[in-house]
Amino acid sequence: MHKRSNEPVFWSLFGAGGVVAALLMPALVFVTGIAGPLGLLGDGALSYERVLGFVGSVFGKLFLILVISLTFWHACHRIYHSSHDLGIRVRRGRLALLFYGFAAFGTVLTVIVVAGIG
Amino acid sequence: MLAALGPNHRHRQDHTMTERLKEINIEVFRYLPEHDDEPHFETYKVPFADNTSVLEGLQYIKDHLDGSLAFRWSCRMAICGSCGKMVNGAPQLSCRTFLRDYYPGKVRIEPLDHFPVERDLIVDQSDFLRKLEGIKPYLHSVKPRAIADGPHHQTPAELAEYEQFSQCINCLLCYAACPQYGLDNEFTGPGVLALLHRYNADSRDAAKAERMQVVNAEQGVWGCTLVGYCSEVCPKGVDPALAVNRNKICSTKDYFLRFLTPRGTRV
Amino acid sequence: MTRRKPYVRSMDRWWLRNSFFTRYMIREATSVFLGLYTIVLLIGLVALSLGEASYERWLATMAHPAFIGFHIVVLAAACYHTYTWFGVSPKAMPSVRIGNAPLTPALIIRGQYLALAIITLVVLVAVASGET
Repeated sequence: MHKRSNEPVFWSLFGAGGVVAALLMPALVFVTGIAGPLGLLGDGALSYERVLGFVGSVFGKLFLILVISLTFWHACHRIYHSSHDLGIRVRRGRLALLFYGFAAFGTVLTVIVVAGIG
Repeated sequence: MLAALGPNHRHRQDHTMTERLKEINIEVFRYLPEHDDEPHFETYKVPFADNTSVLEGLQYIKDHLDGSLAFRWSCRMAICGSCGKMVNGAPQLSCRTFLRDYYPGKVRIEPLDHFPVERDLIVDQSDFLRKLEGIKPYLHSVKPRAIADGPHHQTPAELAEYEQFSQCINCLLCYAACPQYGLDNEFTGPGVLALLHRYNADSRDAAKAERMQVVNAEQGVWGCTLVGYCSEVCPKGVDPALAVNRNKICSTKDYFLRFLTPRGTRV
Repeated sequence: MTRRKPYVRSMDRWWLRNSFFTRYMIREATSVFLGLYTIVLLIGLVALSLGEASYERWLATMAHPAFIGFHIVVLAAACYHTYTWFGVSPKAMPSVRIGNAPLTPALIIRGQYLALAIITLVVLVAVASGET
């Protein structure tokens, strides 16, 4: 009669990503996208050696893997649901596969790249 | 003498006082299924005083300008939940919305959004009623209580868990506020889910497991994307968005914990 | 035979009917910018893994006015995400009680802004001071 939804899996990842993004993204975007490239944080704030050192640390690896992968899951979940809001009613299964597949691919790629640094 | 003038006495009096009353244009959604294929709008000039509600404006139209206008109403005091309409695009109880607040602009009245229109301002509520029945909106006792058992006591904290949700008057404003219901009426919707929570959160109730099947479904809480407008429009201070989203947490726990707990022990 | 002929109204462009819905759609759209930013960040990490030259190229690209503009838009989207996320979060968490009194939505929201301020400060100080 009522089929149990698997949404709890995706909603949990969406929620975790939403919290991480809400708390970290303003600072992170400002540092890596605006202040860092413009040199507002002092010389070499984002220098190769320094960033390599951070990504090489266990904390740095965990931080980046969590932030990037969870934000992927957050964004893909929202965009998938927005497609429904925009009136796309057909091929929902294929769209879900596309978006959540992208998030899964992004997660694997992030782990491989970050784990291989340093 | 006044009683002999009948129910329209007030309006007749308004009529004789027209010079002293302001007039407002009310644009009404009209759909007469016998001869219309598409709805259209008709504008009526309605005199109003400071205390004239939108509902009274519609009654004035029906009594004095066009007797064919169809709309639902009953108590005129915001407790029966019958007179919900879209007023300038927002779901409102027309009895607690006042023409003075729209003057000198016009008022545009439409049937509640997201429901099929039967005629003029009357919508078909049967989908909502079917869903409401489906959640068994009444208390299920663990075992039948005899009168000798006395009243079933609750602490103030237990009462607080569900009290606000028991204020629902089934007026459907939250459904008219919910785009997810409008996009896909398979979604159980804010009002029914809030009432479901009202019983699940009640310490005297024993049917939570059964209702959780409704919650857990794609058409249950998972049809909600937390737009949140349902809670804004509720005339009784119910927070359906809170009920739905708390139940997303319940459903998530239920989803994962079923792998950990032996069958049959789950609540 | 029934004489009923229910009329079903269209949901076309429903998000423009009401400013509440428009704000909701903007809230949902922030995810596109967060997603794009994360892709750019991941490309930076790929560049980092390929060595100093490619990382410096990525960093120089980030200084291009087009990317600065892009990141300003992303920052605005991120701030709006934060604002709306904090705003609805009291509805999406279990009811918490301190002693006998429930934790009020206003208190939950203020607590989150405090956490945001601390985290933002820590990130800025850590990056600027050169101790990572």
